[in-house]
Amino acid sequence: MANMSLKKMPMPVRDPQLRATDFKEVALGYSEDDAIQEANRCLQCLHKPCVGGCPVGVPIPEFIACIQNHDFRQAYSTIKTANSLPAICGRVCPQENQCEKYCVRGVKGEPVGIGRLERFAADYQSKTLDELVGAVNEVEPSVIVERVIAELEKDHTKSFLNTINARVIQEIAADAVHQATETISESIKSRVDLKEDRPASRGHVAVVGSGPAGLTCAGELNSNGFTVTIFEAFHTPGGVLAYGIPEFRLPKSIVRQECDNLRQAGVVFTTNAVIGRTLTIDELLTSEGYDAVFVASGAGLPNFLEIPGESALGVYSANEFLTRVNLMKAYLKGADTPIYRPKRCVVIGGGNVAMDAARCAKRLGADVHIVYRRTMAELPARHEEVEHAEEEGIIFDMLRNPLEILTDENERVRGLLLQKMELGEIDGKGRRRPVPIEGATEEIECDCVIVAVGTSPNPLIASTTPGLETDRHGCVHVVDESTGATSKLGVFAGGDIATGAATVILAMGAGKAAASAIERYISEK
Amino acid sequence: MYAIIKKEQLSEGVFRITVHAPLVAKKAKPGQFIILRVTEDGERIPLTVGGYDRERGTVSVMFQVAGATTKKLAALKEGDRLTDFVGPLGRPTEIEGIRRACVIGGGVGCAIAYPIAKALHEQGTDVTVIIGFRDTSRIILEDEFKSASTTLHILTDDGSNGNKGFVTAALGDLLTAGETYDDVIAIGPIMMMKAVAELTRPYNMKTTVSMNPIMIDGTGMCGGCRLTVGGQTKFACVDGPDFDGHLVDFDAAAKRNGMYRDSEKADYEHACRLLENTEVR
Ligand SMILES: Cc1cc2nc3c(=O)[nH]c(=O)nc-3n(C[C@H](O)[C@H](O)[C@H](O)COP(=O)(O)OP(=O)(O)OC[C@H]3O[C@@H](n4cnc5c(N)ncnc54)[C@H](O)[C@@H]3O)c2cc1C
Ligand SMILES: Cc1cc2nc3c(=O)[nH]c(=O)nc-3n(C[C@H](O)[C@H](O)[C@H](O)COP(=O)(O)OP(=O)(O)OC[C@H]3O[C@@H](n4cnc5c(N)ncnc54)[C@H](O)[C@@H]3O)c2cc1C
Ligand code: SF4
Ligand code: FES
Repeated sequence: MANMSLKKMPMPVRDPQLRATDFKEVALGYSEDDAIQEANRCLQCLHKPCVGGCPVGVPIPEFIACIQNHDFRQAYSTIKTANSLPAICGRVCPQENQCEKYCVRGVKGEPVGIGRLERFAADYQSKTLDELVGAVNEVEPSVIVERVIAELEKDHTKSFLNTINARVIQEIAADAVHQATETISESIKSRVDLKEDRPASRGHVAVVGSGPAGLTCAGELNSNGFTVTIFEAFHTPGGVLAYGIPEFRLPKSIVRQECDNLRQAGVVFTTNAVIGRTLTIDELLTSEGYDAVFVASGAGLPNFLEIPGESALGVYSANEFLTRVNLMKAYLKGADTPIYRPKRCVVIGGGNVAMDAARCAKRLGADVHIVYRRTMAELPARHEEVEHAEEEGIIFDMLRNPLEILTDENERVRGLLLQKMELGEIDGKGRRRPVPIEGATEEIECDCVIVAVGTSPNPLIASTTPGLETDRHGCVHVVDESTGATSKLGVFAGGDIATGAATVILAMGAGKAAASAIERYISEK
Repeated sequence: MYAIIKKEQLSEGVFRITVHAPLVAKKAKPGQFIILRVTEDGERIPLTVGGYDRERGTVSVMFQVAGATTKKLAALKEGDRLTDFVGPLGRPTEIEGIRRACVIGGGVGCAIAYPIAKALHEQGTDVTVIIGFRDTSRIILEDEFKSASTTLHILTDDGSNGNKGFVTAALGDLLTAGETYDDVIAIGPIMMMKAVAELTRPYNMKTTVSMNPIMIDGTGMCGGCRLTVGGQTKFACVDGPDFDGHLVDFDAAAKRNGMYRDSEKADYEHACRLLENTEVR
């Protein structure tokens, strides 16, 4: 039954006041009923405009149809044909600029909540699997015996039942347990793509970096018969998903699960390996014996403002702040890694990174302001994050540009000097350029400043790899975007290292494209 | 996991551990460092590579018990394993072409200075070493420095080894006496390095210092280790840790290192309580 409501089914979220004090997930996810109702808003358009907006071409109406038909597990398998990390994308993709932007329902009213449905299908899948495994582990033999008797009673007379003894029943029960276990391990296998009798490897591939680009590429190549090792500089895999995006937006258990699945499927993770230092790309291709390398090292180098006071105590790059909080778990009481718990914190920037930093600072107990040089309408962050930040009491100071970080006699931050701005002419990207209002400045008091004005690729790999060209932004130059091929034979690149800071789904798309190109490259070698 | 093959105590609260880490051992050069974690969820701390055996695949580091993490590290025994050990990080010290060098170490900074002195000595450089400690009981690596130098000056603040004074005074004497060096390499407390740089400045003598700001990743992704060098922002973990001593803003660096002093003191006291019953040899 079509649901003609103009609004999306609301996403159940935790109370803003409560959630702003802890790191538990904010959005709780749809119930089965919510999901079916939202799915029923989809018109199953034949021309599928939504799919055109999805960088990896998820069969959107098809998976939504499964939810309409209550076949949630099929919905999950349908998404999986195009997207290997649905639980993650359902949570962090900027759907409003992608699939949902083109949804027909969005012409009048809100588009279908495609992201929310994607998340629902993924969560349902992992929940039902967990429940199944849990159920088998918990079932007592006596319960099974009772069930078996109940089954038998349906089909047989009392006199027949009297003829079978307890032993037979036990045998039947044992058989049932065995079968149930088989079914579960089958479905786990199908989920993690576990191949027990792997044919001889078709080749060896080294993947540098374990963010979404690296994970996707490794998963694809592994399924297609290649031996893959991921080299990760940090002690924990996941890239930005692990060190950047906070627990309350993307639970780390999900990232861990995805990495574990790959590990069980045969991908080797070598953490604590800084490529360019521990090993170089050239060594991977020669002495280490890899046939090809996929560079997916992200854009991890934080930009600073280059204004006075930036080296003061209490000034963090968003990367440092978020790494301390998320990766090193500095928010936990008794954590070894220290973090400054600000009283009043100003975050500079307007993207997802700024929102995440602001909301983490809030959760550490600070009053938080976000300073951005344009207006709310231009904030590049996902809409949902801006909304959540506002609900949590974060104050948005728009049309402000920082001029100087003010310090006390101990070089600690005491405030920020801001230039007031207004929107002027339209710039090359079609946005109105912020221009300073002559003489209009103001001071804002704070004891912490977090700089979230973008990141660039880390030069470490390019500078240690002869023949690997970069562009003027420091991005690894990709010769052919559809393959990720670089200027160096056997070396492919994709994700933020090639594009500059972008999105999870674009990184995944690049990982997938590079995987097929690497497959071709190795087979033709 | 990275096994501790050997553990030695060098002096009160100063230890050397040799760790099995073949990939790091293969690559490490003097002046580079590693980052380790003692436990899952532990802090990442940087320590300088003190030595390596490429064949056995081992790397040694020397450390002083300074806070919670180094305290936990000191409580480990041979055969125990570290959760993480990553490196080698940073740029190696540039030693090529140096004919005469003066290597100056203060306190546990000597642990960082020793591999550099050794490498210089091995390539045939005339190496003058000046190392300073609070008192005799704190002198470390005496034999090692002896075999890695042409001339060795060991000083103590209290004169308990019969040679009272600060390393800067010793350097000052040598400079006034007309000694010249292609590079004066100073490693130790920030204020010591600053004093050395001030001494050599009038002579326009190249001076290299090794900066140890607070770090997390050690790969250039957080900017926490940033320093002002010649008016520019530099990341010590990738641009250093060695810098031109005449360009470093030491005062700002000293302040940044005190960022977490209060909370770390609490951590340290906590770790002390936790480890009360553990023997720290
Ligand atoms: C705080 C934050 C919030 C974000 N929120 C969103 C969001 O809501 N939605 C969205 O779509 N996008 C978001 N993004 C952007 C998105 O996370 C990135 O575009 C995406 O993660 C890029 O993926 P990647 O695989 O290219 O690189 P990354 O995820 O950056 O992973 C690169 C990995 O390579 C490792 N590495 C780097 N150098 C080396 C080396 N020399 N040797 C070995 N390993 C190395 C790094 O440690 C890292 O683990 C956010 C980014 C940040 C920082
Ligand atoms: C590149 C580099 C190389 C280093 N090499 C060595 C070495 O070879 N041997 C050695 O003993 N130490 C070395 N250090 C210093 C060592 O990393 C710190 O002593 C250690 O991080 C302290 O950790 P903790 O948890 O035990 O103490 P914490 O409680 O973290 O700190 C104790 C005290 O040390 C200060 N401190 C914290 N971090 C650092 C730091 N990174 N550098 C200097 N002081 C710090 C704190 O402000 C505090 O006063 C090096 C540091 C760097 C950056
Ligand atoms: S555009 Fe919207 S309504 Fe049409 S198929 Fe896609 S999700 Fe459904
Ligand atoms: S330690 Fe993070 S950039 Fe140097």
